[in-house]
Amino acid sequence: MWDGIGDFIAMGGHGPYVWGSYGVFAMVLLAEVSVLARRRHRIRTILARRSSPGAASTWNQKQEESLEP
Amino acid sequence: MTYRRIRWLKFTAPANFYALVQRLAPWLWAGAAVLAVAGLYTGFFVAPPDYQQGNSYRIMFIHVPTAWMGMFLYLLMAVYAVIYLVWRIKMADIMARSLAPTGALMTLLALWTGALWGAPTWGTFWVWDARLTSTLILLFLFLGYIALHAAVDDREKGGRAASLLALIGAVNVPIIYFSVEWWHTLHQGMSITLTQAPTMAPSMFTALLLMTGACWLYSAAVTLRRAQAEALERESDSQWVTEAVQREHALRQPAAPAVRAVEPRGAISKEGDS
Repeated sequence: MWDGIGDFIAMGGHGPYVWGSYGVFAMVLLAEVSVLARRRHRIRTILARRSSPGAASTWNQKQEESLEP
Repeated sequence: MTYRRIRWLKFTAPANFYALVQRLAPWLWAGAAVLAVAGLYTGFFVAPPDYQQGNSYRIMFIHVPTAWMGMFLYLLMAVYAVIYLVWRIKMADIMARSLAPTGALMTLLALWTGALWGAPTWGTFWVWDARLTSTLILLFLFLGYIALHAAVDDREKGGRAASLLALIGAVNVPIIYFSVEWWHTLHQGMSITLTQAPTMAPSMFTALLLMTGACWLYSAAVTLRRAQAEALERESDSQWVTEAVQREHALRQPAAPAVRAVEPRGAISKEGDS
């Protein structure tokens, strides 16, 4: 269907519109997943520290660390 | 043949919900990825150019699914809002709050891709017609819900106020859906209805369905994962949270004897989350 990679990227002159759509689509979803992954990592790290047996001695200064995002 | 009834109500308990999502999420991510690859391949390498629009119509494969997801996620959020308002089930508020960011992003993407599709097709990025304006209002409703929920310090009060907003805003969804029939709009009418065959080539329709499935599974995965995080935050002092975190910590660091030694054999362990 496509006459080489250049033809595919050009999209019959509509390349900026098509790739502008797909590019932002991909970036937004990647950003959402990455923000969520960081949030999950943060909360698990805090909770793991809090619940580990040595938490009382190793984590005194961070007891007040908030779980709120 | 014996039927095992699934007791759905048990998933209103955050601990059970958490364990369920632990098992479900990998399949949702994998399904979304498979459908997206198949949909993109069909959309770019099987579906032919449109006889009028050329290749710009390929934006449809993300524009239509994101617009559908925006409306669907809003309705789902409104349903959870009602459940929270009537029965005060905490998980319903967690679910509604977890749906809102993804719904807002899907609506934003529908508007963005719509603008980039409109430019070569209509000659303009934006026009204040009924479909576009009501979709913009949907985005503001999502943002309003998120802002209102976050603005009130008392989480229960914030949840109730935001739920009320979600409920009232739900009236906008049928307006979006039927706007192309009720008013003269620049936006094209429905190509796909439940009662008639789609007015597009089968390969285009296949790509559209695959991408819709991908967006649906992605939204399910990301909102359920967000709800898990939200549940952990809200229930951080609960025993089930301690057990779940210790168990996951032990799974990730098998060489850490101190954590393994106290690994609980509580409810989460019995659920066998993987």
